[in-house]
Amino acid sequence: MIEAAEPENSREWSDPEVHEGRLGPIFEDFAFFFSRVLVLFCPQSAVDLRSFACEAGAAGNSCIKDLSLGCVLFVVPVLTKLEVESKVREKNFRCCGAMTYFPDEVVEHIFDFLSSHRDRNNVSTVCKAWYLVEQLSRLRVFVGNCYAVRPERVMARFPGMKCLTVKGKPHFADFNLVPHDWGGDALPWIETAARCCPGLEELRLKRMVVSDESLELLARAFPNFKSLVLISCEGFSTDGLAEIATHCRGLRELDLQENEVEDHGRQWLSCFPDSCTSLVSLNFACLKGEVNTSALERLVARCQNLRCLKLNRAISIESLIKILARAPNLVELGTGSFTADHRTEAYQNLLNAFYKCNSIRNLSGFWDAAPRYLQAIYSICSSLTVLNLSYAPAIQVNDLIKMIRHCFKLQKLWVLDSIGDKGLAAVACACKELQELRVFPSDVYGTGIAAVTEEGLVAISSGCPKLNSLLYFCHQMTNAALITVAKNCPHFTRFRLCILDPVKPDPISNEPLDEGFGAIVKSCKDLKRLSLSGLLTDKVFLYIGMYASRLEMLSIAFAGESDKGMVYVLNGCKNLKKLEIRDSPFGDAALLENVGKYETMRSLWMSSCDVTQGGCKALAAKMPRLNVEVINEREESDEMVENPSDMHRVEKMYVYRTLTGPRDDAPDFVWTF
Amino acid sequence: MEVDLDNFKATELTLSLPGSDAPRKPSQVTGKRSHEESCNSEQSSTVPPAKAQAVGWPPVRSCRTNSFRARKNMEITAEKEKSSNGGIYVKVSMDGAPYLRKLDLRLCKGYKDLTHALNSMFECFSPGSLEGHGDECGFAITYEDKDGDWMLAGDVPWEMFISSCKKLRIMKGFEARGLASRT
Repeated sequence: MIEAAEPENSREWSDPEVHEGRLGPIFEDFAFFFSRVLVLFCPQSAVDLRSFACEAGAAGNSCIKDLSLGCVLFVVPVLTKLEVESKVREKNFRCCGAMTYFPDEVVEHIFDFLSSHRDRNNVSTVCKAWYLVEQLSRLRVFVGNCYAVRPERVMARFPGMKCLTVKGKPHFADFNLVPHDWGGDALPWIETAARCCPGLEELRLKRMVVSDESLELLARAFPNFKSLVLISCEGFSTDGLAEIATHCRGLRELDLQENEVEDHGRQWLSCFPDSCTSLVSLNFACLKGEVNTSALERLVARCQNLRCLKLNRAISIESLIKILARAPNLVELGTGSFTADHRTEAYQNLLNAFYKCNSIRNLSGFWDAAPRYLQAIYSICSSLTVLNLSYAPAIQVNDLIKMIRHCFKLQKLWVLDSIGDKGLAAVACACKELQELRVFPSDVYGTGIAAVTEEGLVAISSGCPKLNSLLYFCHQMTNAALITVAKNCPHFTRFRLCILDPVKPDPISNEPLDEGFGAIVKSCKDLKRLSLSGLLTDKVFLYIGMYASRLEMLSIAFAGESDKGMVYVLNGCKNLKKLEIRDSPFGDAALLENVGKYETMRSLWMSSCDVTQGGCKALAAKMPRLNVEVINEREESDEMVENPSDMHRVEKMYVYRTLTGPRDDAPDFVWTF
Repeated sequence: MEVDLDNFKATELTLSLPGSDAPRKPSQVTGKRSHEESCNSEQSSTVPPAKAQAVGWPPVRSCRTNSFRARKNMEITAEKEKSSNGGIYVKVSMDGAPYLRKLDLRLCKGYKDLTHALNSMFECFSPGSLEGHGDECGFAITYEDKDGDWMLAGDVPWEMFISSCKKLRIMKGFEARGLASRT
């Protein structure tokens, strides 16, 4: 029998954030299994084991490998230990779960098959031996909340780290609900990595503050640095980009998605030395300023491996044509403005340029696209899998429909709601492979002319059976439509509906949309992410708590009637990781009903709800491993400390599990209780 | 350090209109939120009542709204510049007058100026002044906006008015009864 050794200091290695799974016990048994992953290691015929794996619920997530030892290995997700034990006995398998008798290299080799950080987190909680092997072999580290754990601790645990992903501000920061200087500074992570993990190759940051100083350090401290991905970050300028371009030899990827970048001139692109030929992916679409187009053309010409290039709005068609001539093997293209400075032969040249680019699968950009130029891309439409026209308000619906008709391989489509129900019907006819659809509002402050309604969505759902991800801004929705959509598309993993009038009921029946959303959660068993809108009572939360067992992220706005709503969700959704709520009548009773839940989640955001200062203090007192942050945006915040106003409603509260205690970089207006 | 609780309440940041002061007791369940109540509490006091918007709603990233705002501004400026010398000339008709006039809205700085200008244009046709209130006056300044609707002048800020005004019409007689142009 194997003894699973208890680590001396269980708290030390059960980092909640890095594990993202359980803070839990160790299984001791001859077959090592844990709540998510079963590893069976048996010298039996591969066929028997495969069928066993399928029976044990292997669908999709198993990996099977013939090891040179003449045995077959499985990693299979299972539901309960008991279920598996009984199956093992039933089939008379001799599981020599002698994993720990094998040298570490074998165990490590087995762990190579686990790519998901959750699976790796789970195997490392089995026993100390596995913990040690796993920590030394983990190359890709994911930190979902930069304040849940200190960079030093992460890097001490994973000294072999090659790729680091860190996320900072809460999601609602995207909509200006989080003050500018709340936090999320990337510098401590980069500084620590420079000291502890100089072999770092990839860095991915989301919603963090990245200064030019950080970028300069990044550029100089990591000789093997290959890939920088910044998503929704801010705090840097083109000077920082110049540093990256200058000093990162062998840079393969520079991907800037929707960042706020200060424009300090166009010369940063010229900083890529002539010796730089390694670029595979370059995305500067979010930059507002001009770039040095001749430097860009030369860069593109010498980087023969370039496969992804996303230009910003400052690039005209003339430049695009020259670039395409030098990069005919592009797979992903962001077109720039798609208008011409001079009218002359642009169209014919464009047509020729695109004719030669038969590898393009992903198109975006088109900021100022004129219809006549749009026709130039019809030749590549039929091979497109991704099309993003959400920054192209100039494209009229009829041109859009003409283009869409050619896109029969399309899997992902992002458009503006000017496409209308008519355009969506065309999409439903043409794009049978569609998996993801996002429809953005084109007239956020406008007159409210209904662009897309429930009809468009219903058409899509019946025409596109593979649809699994939706973001839909519309003016109205009905329960009947949602029920139909739920029936047509049971495979949704992401369902985000935003009705522009936040408390609008079903316009036909005048009822709340509880039944519609209820149908969605009941039918879509794999739903991981859900955003609600429209008039909603507590009932919708009852449904969510009952049916949405795989739900990980829930966004609530202007919904619910009482504390019961929030409690249904906290008690029901066992896989909930992120809950964000605004303008809903949930108060202290709901907040304090199930305090243990928050340690199983990454974070909770509540703004403009009925939670009071007293409630926050009570939560903080009960749960020392949570940071309960209250954001007070007012000048006299100093006076508040002395002021015994526990009855005072808290405007913004952000709660997250953490190993570090209150953070030391909190600004004056953020209090951690 | 003492806090003036009365002042505190007055200066407290909420999303409701100033003066609409429903004290919120945190531990009580307030029951079903009525449609009107929830709408009102979302109105920001700085936004004109016609377009109540809560902060951060709809949930669209600023990079998207910025590009649309920029585009909208471009369209407005383009339209304004269409008129020669930057002036905005609109036809002005007055009920009962034999011919129309054209007025450059840019020359007026506000509604008061507008009333003065119209006064001087049409005083030969009507002994009374356009200023004044009530039924005795019998005049109302109305305009046709971009959507083709006839609106009473004076509701919206001046800048918004001149960007949407296509035509002016001075109503008088029984149609104008009860309407007082607000300046």
